[in-house]
Amino acid sequence: MDYNNIVKSGSDSRPDPDDLLSRVQHEEQQAPRGRLKIFLGYAAGVGKTYAMLEAAHQRKREGVDVVVGYVETHGRVETEARLVGLEVLPRKQETYRGIAMTELDVDAVLKRRPQLVLVDELAHTNTPGSRHPKRYQDVEELLAVGIDIYTTLNIQHLESLNDVIAQITGVTVRETIPDSVLDQVTEIELTDLPPDELLVRLEEGKVYVPEQAAQAIHNFFRKGNLTALRELTMRLAAKRVDDQMRDYMKTKAIPGPWPAAERLLVGISPHPLAERLVRSTYRLADDLNTEWLAVYVETPAHSRLTPEQRDRISRTLLLADELGGRSLTLPGRSVPEALLQYAREHNVTKIILGKPLRSRWKELLFGSVVDELIRMSGNIDINIISVPGDLEQERRNVAWQPHHPWGRYLWAIFLVLVATGIGALFQHNVSPTNLVMVYLLTVVVAAVYLGRGPSILVSFLSVLAFDFIFVPPYYTFAVSDTEYILTFIGLLGVGLVISELTARVRDQAEAARRREAETSILYTLSRDLSVAEGLDAIISAVTGSVSQTFGREAVVLLPNSKGKDTLKEYTKSADFSLDENEMAVAAWSLKHGQIAGRGTDTLPASIGRYIPLITPRGAVGVLAVKPKDEGNQMTLDQRRLLETFSRQAALAIERAQLAEQAKEAELLHATEKLQSALLNSISHDLRTPLVSITGALSSLSDGGVAMDPQIHQDLVDTARDEADRMNRLVGNLLNMTRLEAGAMRVTKQPGDVQDAIGTALENLGDTLRDRKVAIDIEENSPLVPMDFVLIVQVLVNLIDNALKYSNLESPVEIQTRQVGKDLHVSVKDRGIGIPVEDLDHIFEKFYRVERPEKIGGTGLGLSISRGIIEAHGGLIWAENRPGGGASITFSLPMQEIPKVVK
Amino acid sequence: MRILVVDDEKAIRRYLRVALSAQDITVVEASNGEEAIRAVAVDRPDMVILDLGLPDMEGTEVTRRIREWSAVPIIILSVREQESDKIAALDSGADDYLTKPFGTGELMARIRAALRRSIQKENEPVIVVGELKIDLERRQVMIADREILLTPTEYDILRLLAQNIGKVLTHRQLLQGIWGHTSEEDLHLLRVNLSNLRHKIEPDPSRPRYIRTEPGVGYRLRSDT
Repeated sequence: MDYNNIVKSGSDSRPDPDDLLSRVQHEEQQAPRGRLKIFLGYAAGVGKTYAMLEAAHQRKREGVDVVVGYVETHGRVETEARLVGLEVLPRKQETYRGIAMTELDVDAVLKRRPQLVLVDELAHTNTPGSRHPKRYQDVEELLAVGIDIYTTLNIQHLESLNDVIAQITGVTVRETIPDSVLDQVTEIELTDLPPDELLVRLEEGKVYVPEQAAQAIHNFFRKGNLTALRELTMRLAAKRVDDQMRDYMKTKAIPGPWPAAERLLVGISPHPLAERLVRSTYRLADDLNTEWLAVYVETPAHSRLTPEQRDRISRTLLLADELGGRSLTLPGRSVPEALLQYAREHNVTKIILGKPLRSRWKELLFGSVVDELIRMSGNIDINIISVPGDLEQERRNVAWQPHHPWGRYLWAIFLVLVATGIGALFQHNVSPTNLVMVYLLTVVVAAVYLGRGPSILVSFLSVLAFDFIFVPPYYTFAVSDTEYILTFIGLLGVGLVISELTARVRDQAEAARRREAETSILYTLSRDLSVAEGLDAIISAVTGSVSQTFGREAVVLLPNSKGKDTLKEYTKSADFSLDENEMAVAAWSLKHGQIAGRGTDTLPASIGRYIPLITPRGAVGVLAVKPKDEGNQMTLDQRRLLETFSRQAALAIERAQLAEQAKEAELLHATEKLQSALLNSISHDLRTPLVSITGALSSLSDGGVAMDPQIHQDLVDTARDEADRMNRLVGNLLNMTRLEAGAMRVTKQPGDVQDAIGTALENLGDTLRDRKVAIDIEENSPLVPMDFVLIVQVLVNLIDNALKYSNLESPVEIQTRQVGKDLHVSVKDRGIGIPVEDLDHIFEKFYRVERPEKIGGTGLGLSISRGIIEAHGGLIWAENRPGGGASITFSLPMQEIPKVVK
Repeated sequence: MRILVVDDEKAIRRYLRVALSAQDITVVEASNGEEAIRAVAVDRPDMVILDLGLPDMEGTEVTRRIREWSAVPIIILSVREQESDKIAALDSGADDYLTKPFGTGELMARIRAALRRSIQKENEPVIVVGELKIDLERRQVMIADREILLTPTEYDILRLLAQNIGKVLTHRQLLQGIWGHTSEEDLHLLRVNLSNLRHKIEPDPSRPRYIRTEPGVGYRLRSDT
């Protein structure tokens, strides 16, 4: 493995502005994050933990708040001695399968909130049931809240070096951390010890050796190994320095040897060593400092892969993601075509593939992806990387081998027998070469219904049977007429071709069907979501779809109105109830915008899987999914589909929420408009009478020029009228507020309408001066339950209205009639009437009919009247009268009045 | 004559002082309940004009306490729509009420009516209002010298109103006075009877000149038409 930097010259020396911007943003984002320092060593026993503790003491002396989160001394005396003087947080007790284990207590650290925490062994795997499966994820969480961390790590725990180290040492380390964690590291301190000294320490028993692995460790601790590891570690550290230097140079715009703008694409196949290929590509990309991506081409053959193979593909893609490359799945008919098309469209400069797996003769027959690719590549480089490894086992599992149940092969044999039988029937009438047709037919049938393997079997068996039974010499495999050799070849050849083609067509149809099914599911969901009005409809569409499509219980959780952090179940499912723990997982998912729960890296022991519903604005909620029965795992395809669902659901939910917000904003706007209209109106109507009053009083006080007694009286009368008007207005306003506040209490007592009318007229007093009012009370009107005072006010409003909108000569009529179970009271005028379109609207607050003449009044009177009448259980309405003028009528329900003895 | 004016609003006190002084009435002022009660005892006014909304105690309370040892006529000042307060004060012993804002004419009419009630030890035998003449001794009611026949209840109502001419009588006071008790059905009766009464004595029953409805409170026989 060559770690030297490959440098291409001739590139632009100025840093890319976008790059700089994202760097600055990255740094800004990093500001509140805690800083991570790793004490890196090339083997156990070099003294990492010791060095970490030393550094911690130094920081403590500097005044930093240091706390020990988890330090593993392995009983080493010197290390334990260094613990003295530092605050040690108690560990979290966990039991797994009856064994008591201790782990880092993340919550305790979060509660304690020190500036710096020591957490040993970054690559450690936590006890199942812990918050995160891996300790580095715990550390990640602590860093996110701004706590600094010191930790230790051995070189062999790095994901990307896993295979290299396995090669060197012969030991494959299981506990790895992804290289992306290294990218987050602020500082790496190399803890180094010459291998000779390390071996001495091993002898002295100062190195921790787990008993079970004694032999392996012994192999591990060979000088050659240690030296190689040490070199690897040093190179890593050096490379980091190099990166930092390059970063520095870029920021300072120091011209340097910038690498060329390469782009790598690695093709993924179900090849067992694809992961190694990805890691190699990562290292190459890292050296070249370029982007890279991993692509899997999904051909029709995909449907024939075993579940293990499909799983491997998804794991490889996931690994590529983790290592910092992008991963993609492309549909396509042929791998070379799809890869090259994508490469050309996306400016890929190098395509990386693994060495072909197929043996020569298969290559001849079926072609090799690599050859195809090389031939069509044009000016894209193709790198073939050899990934040494165990090929033997995998050869057997190469893609096209069918894994059908054995029954089909039996059927194949049976078909051949049937065909032979049929042939035998016609043996004497038909020439043998024509009997071949029967066998061909059988091959076709087998290809369509049984699959590739059985139909190939049928081809072979057909030839044999044909030879044995129908070709002289009969019942032997010998052939007398060599022409028949041609027939055999023909039969076999055609048979094989038909098998292959038919099987391929079937596979394509299968793949198309699968894709179509997926698309139609998504389409149905889209359609359902687009017509769903309102949050409820959308959420039920989502949960319904999930339930139907995936056979899973689904619950949608949305943030509480109280706070963004708490979730509330929006829908409830009988089979899926979320207890506190589950809710905590959901909350975590919402907060971090990542999938959590069953089948993920975070809290995999939970019952459900929690998918955050993410939109460009952020996470709007969480979709919780639980399988209906325990064993039912989702395939990768299903998981992807579910995630697509959730994205659509997120958008739809956001849309509904935005629509509601828009409605509320509109409502608020309308309310504000109304309020401002109200204030304007009141202000005007209160001030107007004051003008007359103030004017009159000031005139009177001035004494004035020859104050005529008549003028004097007029002024006084005007002022008094206006004062009355203001009084009425104030009363109206008070009533309005009471109505609005729902504080309008109606106490009904038997009342006399005639009395009410009379009192109303009395109240109006001077307004009635010189006006004609005709009163028409029906004979024998009974008493009606009413709130006397309020009904008087209604009458005052109505009569005042009638007076206002008609001229001085026209009369106002008041009429009462019994109509059914109600008493109707009408106030009529011969004024200008009400425009037809306004008839319903005049009872609205502040509504004033558009008139050329400005007529005073706030427009509250009628709406207050309506409020009062409706509170009585009656109705009020307006009509235009034949002959001109308007009439406003209200009804009051009469009740059974007990007979009165007069 | 001396009148005690009780109101926490200085402007109102000033207006009343001016209006009453113009009628040659001496005015004493108080601005809260305690002061008022003391003033009634010390200054011995002929009448009290009392605002209901006092800072230290309810007007009703003041009325009650004064009534414990004095029969001085009390007129309360109230804001419209405080019917229950008005009725409570009237039932506690106040004689009449004025709704703010009120004119000077109304004020004087109330004062006169309340005074008449208190000054006369015994009722006048004959009460005349406009064209209406009520002879209490002979139990006769006449409009423009034409006798009107009333039922006993109608007569009782008119009698009570006439004996308190110019002053408001609450529903309860009327019911109490006529039937001796108050109940829902009785109010109904009262209204019906009153309606009939009006039909008999009023030239236009729809716009009564003599018997005035005090909405939510009671009725009053007008003394000046």
